[in-house]
Amino acid sequence: MSKLVYLVPLFPLLGFLINGLGRKSMSKSLIGIVGSGSILASFVVSLLIFFDVKATGGSVVTLFNFIKVDSFTIPFAFQVDQLSSLFLLIITGIGFLIHLYSSAYMHEEEPQHFGRYFAYLNLFVFSMLLLVLGANYVIMFIGWEGVGLCSYLLIGFWFKNDNYNYAAKKAFVMNRIGDLGFLLALFWLLLKLGTASYGDVFANVSKLSSFDITAITMLLFVGAMGKSAQIPLYTWLPDAMAGPTPVSALIHAATMVTAGIYMIARSNILYTMAPATQTLVAVIGLATAIFAATIALKQNDIKKVLAYSTVSQLGYMFLGLGVGAYTGAVFHVMTHAFFKALLFLAAGSVIHAMHHEQDIRKMGGLKKYLPITHITFLLGCLAIAGIPPFSGFFSKDEILTAAFAQNPLYYFIGVAGALMTAFYMFRLYTLTFLGQFRGTHEQEHHLHESPWQMTFPLIVLAILSVVGGWVGIPEVFAEHAHSLEHFLAPIFAESAKLAEQHHLSASQEYLMMGASTAAIVVVILLAINSYKKYQASDEAAASGLGKVLENKWYIDELYDAVVVNPLHSIAGFFKNIIEKSGIDGLVNGVGKLVGYGSRQLRLVQSGQVGNYILIMVLCMVVFFLIWFNDATIVRFISKLF
Amino acid sequence: MPIQYYIYLCLTLFSIGIIGVLTRRNAIIVFMCVELMLNAVNLLLVAFSKMHHATAAVGNTATTTGIEGQLFVFFIMVVAAAEVSVGLAIIVMMYRNTHSVDINFLNRLKN
Amino acid sequence: MIPVSLILIPLITGLAAFFLKGENAAKNWALLSSAITLAVAVAGIFFLPAHDLSYDAAWLPQLGSRFSLMTDGMGKMLVLLTTIAFPVIIIATARNQYKNPGSFYALLLLSQTGLLGVFLAADALVFYFFWELALVPVYFLCSIWGGEKRIAATFKFFVYTFLGSLLMLAGILYLYFQSADHSFALQSFYHIKLSAGQEALIFWLFFIAFAIKMPVFPFHTWQPDAYEQSPTAVTMILSGVMVKMGIFALLRWLLPVFPHASAQYAHLIIILSVIGMLYASLIAIRQDDIKRLIAYSSIAHIGLMSAAVFAHQQTGLEGVMIQMFNHGINVIGLWIVADVIEQQLGTRKFSDLGGLAQKAPAMAILLVVMAFANIALPLTNAFVGEFLMFNGLFRYNIWIAAVACISIILAAVYTLNMVQKVLYGSTTGVTANAREIGGNVQWMLAILVIIIIALGVYPQPMIDLTKDTVQAILANR
Repeated sequence: MSKLVYLVPLFPLLGFLINGLGRKSMSKSLIGIVGSGSILASFVVSLLIFFDVKATGGSVVTLFNFIKVDSFTIPFAFQVDQLSSLFLLIITGIGFLIHLYSSAYMHEEEPQHFGRYFAYLNLFVFSMLLLVLGANYVIMFIGWEGVGLCSYLLIGFWFKNDNYNYAAKKAFVMNRIGDLGFLLALFWLLLKLGTASYGDVFANVSKLSSFDITAITMLLFVGAMGKSAQIPLYTWLPDAMAGPTPVSALIHAATMVTAGIYMIARSNILYTMAPATQTLVAVIGLATAIFAATIALKQNDIKKVLAYSTVSQLGYMFLGLGVGAYTGAVFHVMTHAFFKALLFLAAGSVIHAMHHEQDIRKMGGLKKYLPITHITFLLGCLAIAGIPPFSGFFSKDEILTAAFAQNPLYYFIGVAGALMTAFYMFRLYTLTFLGQFRGTHEQEHHLHESPWQMTFPLIVLAILSVVGGWVGIPEVFAEHAHSLEHFLAPIFAESAKLAEQHHLSASQEYLMMGASTAAIVVVILLAINSYKKYQASDEAAASGLGKVLENKWYIDELYDAVVVNPLHSIAGFFKNIIEKSGIDGLVNGVGKLVGYGSRQLRLVQSGQVGNYILIMVLCMVVFFLIWFNDATIVRFISKLF
Repeated sequence: MPIQYYIYLCLTLFSIGIIGVLTRRNAIIVFMCVELMLNAVNLLLVAFSKMHHATAAVGNTATTTGIEGQLFVFFIMVVAAAEVSVGLAIIVMMYRNTHSVDINFLNRLKN
Repeated sequence: MIPVSLILIPLITGLAAFFLKGENAAKNWALLSSAITLAVAVAGIFFLPAHDLSYDAAWLPQLGSRFSLMTDGMGKMLVLLTTIAFPVIIIATARNQYKNPGSFYALLLLSQTGLLGVFLAADALVFYFFWELALVPVYFLCSIWGGEKRIAATFKFFVYTFLGSLLMLAGILYLYFQSADHSFALQSFYHIKLSAGQEALIFWLFFIAFAIKMPVFPFHTWQPDAYEQSPTAVTMILSGVMVKMGIFALLRWLLPVFPHASAQYAHLIIILSVIGMLYASLIAIRQDDIKRLIAYSSIAHIGLMSAAVFAHQQTGLEGVMIQMFNHGINVIGLWIVADVIEQQLGTRKFSDLGGLAQKAPAMAILLVVMAFANIALPLTNAFVGEFLMFNGLFRYNIWIAAVACISIILAAVYTLNMVQKVLYGSTTGVTANAREIGGNVQWMLAILVIIIIALGVYPQPMIDLTKDTVQAILANR
């Protein structure tokens, strides 16, 4: 079965080609069927591969040699193993649901833009599959940049709006900064080991000096920062919400942004051997988790709240990676994919019903108009807040427990972030679905539940958000309950051997779970209570910290002032001063000098015969004086007299 | 008569010629000065020729009759005559065109 | 006989084209000629036995110069690039009207003769002859058919490059007198033994000539003006093919002839090239003119190639080889789009453009693909080249490579700026009536895009084609 792995990316590629080339001649429903069907086919193959891997283990499937030079060979090969097959399922499964959802959500678009949308979306799935399937870092990099491209195209999908285009460009450029780190790490690996294939690299880690490993892991992490929106490269993700909502769900919540986590989990051996990088990963992750959560507290755009929530949750995943809880991080990727895709799609359903209104201050009371959306959204909120037995609880708990074992400070900051998460999610929920409707009458009149193509994915994802965590029930509850850990064990086996094991006592674990759950419940009640009777008029202009949070800590402004504007000025200085007056001036100056010199020399040619003769005579005298040296002249003159 | 006297005379004549050429603007005078220079040279040539022959005769090494130098002078005079005719013709043409024989008018080549 | 026919076909047809009257006659004639050249090149490179690919005859026996031509991997690849480029250029710019079309196409074909001669020459005098033969027609093409400021721009271009050529000629003559058998042959140049001082001096004479041609910072200022003012067909030749002459000459004539001096000054030149990359990229960010933007982008890319050449690593040199071809293809594609825009809308200013994606979706797609090839996105041809070149640079020096890599970020900034300002946003007064591009141009762009993707997905044939040259260069140090 593994031999057929090339089919998985092939179907979306075909979907891309068909939709891309035939977008003018195909009907919308056909486009939707091709787009969704290709992903469904991939999903089916992925399922077969998953069970195959579960039964027989992984393998590497080589298609052809991509680049072969004397110093290294980069095969175009796919890695089929536990980690990639799990990601395949997440990508194609959620991908299919979101394609299905999109066929209804994007229905207002003209056929050719509809086709373009599905082509981009299929191309994205193709790139993402390359990313997780690649059997070496170069193929991963191909997918890595490919998803960046699709993200760019889809954020700027409504290209008439210049703000969206800026957001798209910002996303691409910030991703490129990260890619630079990835690329340098790749070169470093090729230089030191002469290979980029996972198997060879991981088998030869011992040949690398600890400096090499630290440098490589740091540079790879820079790549992860860009792709997975970590401090300091996170600002593109909230802006990326300019894209259509299903895109936000698929790319900017469920799949692409978790590429960084995938990469580090894939390279877990390298990271385990580089404790300095691991600390950095943990600290950056934790800082991002808490920082983004504070911003989310004060946002009023439904998608922006979810975006910052995504950044924050990604931070938790990096915290997990940083403290060595690789399974926990991957587990959280999975549960987060379920509930965050759900939340985005539900938000999309709300936006759809509200005619593209995204400001939660103008919503409220949607519970009775959108029953399915409401229930599913609530389930998603409970999952992300970490209420047992919803999926988010298990994965977050696993990460936080591991963080506690590493450093209790990590744990307490992490829990503080989790409390904030619960607060802003239920603020969002309450403002959107509870209380009175605060929009216009016209909007109220048009409120309606979305069609089945949209509610079906919501229901499926809601079920997954509830039960998805049950594959990773902590071992304290029952021996071998954590089936995900057993499934992924081969991937992290080497790291597990190297890392020292911290084990908390069962009572400690129970205490931590109980206390954090109780705190979260209190925070949720607080949030619901304080926003239930919200009126737009209640809100005074924010001041102090509130204003800073509303403006996202002024980080965008800071980047503009520190990086963007100086760069722009330097470029202008180069263009207008150095290039024009400096280098070109020098070149033209040489030309002008020659011209000037000739003009001056021309004046000697006065046309006065007398001058010519004078010059002639003078030259002859000089010539004589030079030709006959002093002694000859003296002898000649003395002879005369 | 010592050769020096001839040299002094020729040098004087030649210098007068040069100064005349350089300072005067009247084309005819310039022309005459040119002739003066030519003739100074002619005189010197004749003088040196004579001297050379005399010295050679004393040392009994003479191989020529001593007229070669003077022969050159005749050549120069012929060339000078031709030059005068052409030069004067130019000056006449110049006078017809500009009603002047001032050589400073002859700077048209500049442009 | 293949190399000789490659030179003779454009030469003879080019001379004949001077006598053709009428737009279509000249155009079709030129197209026919370039198509035949392409066919001969493809046949010769892929289908005929290898011994057909060199040629040797007496030329100026008194001087010890022979008309000898050779084709190694690099030569084959550049011959392919040249012969592919010309038909594409002629078709893509076919709707442009020229006064005196016969002479225009004649000069175009003559410059092709020069280019092919340069890539085939195995004798320094022949090389120099064709080097100038490529230059002179371009001078006339620019100064007769160019834009408003063509005289100044062309004069600068010509004097600048000619100055370089003369320095090179001086160097060639010096080497000639130093060579053991008083010959101009490439092989005898390879075996010349020079003292360190002589080698350094002659190295610089050659390097400046090539640096001006490429051009490498800070010798680049002729280029944006010349590109901007030339008729676009000529700009395509200049930037698509002719600048490759500089890189080619570095690899064929500079590194092997002056191994010690190239190693000695490599560091300086690499640093200069990297500065040039960043500098040109930064300037490109602020450009408001599509042609000038592509020009500066081209300078940045050439800077990387030059740095990779002097890094003298196997991977880097492989990268340079295939990137010479790839850059030619990509940049010609970009110029075609720039030309379409300029011809149709009468402006090249970004501030006047916008929203073309609504009016010309096919062009938009093709431009986006080429733009992403320009920033070396994986699975486009440029990725493979840049990946290998940066890799070579990295092997040479980690820090220089890290700094040079910043240019990939800057490239994304300026290229996406261009894409955004040309294609996206709402239409302006100028672009409101824009139309989709015509069929022929669309086909040419589609062919280029197919080449871009095909070589991006499966670059190995290109790498194998040029492997022998890389090994020869590495063996020579």
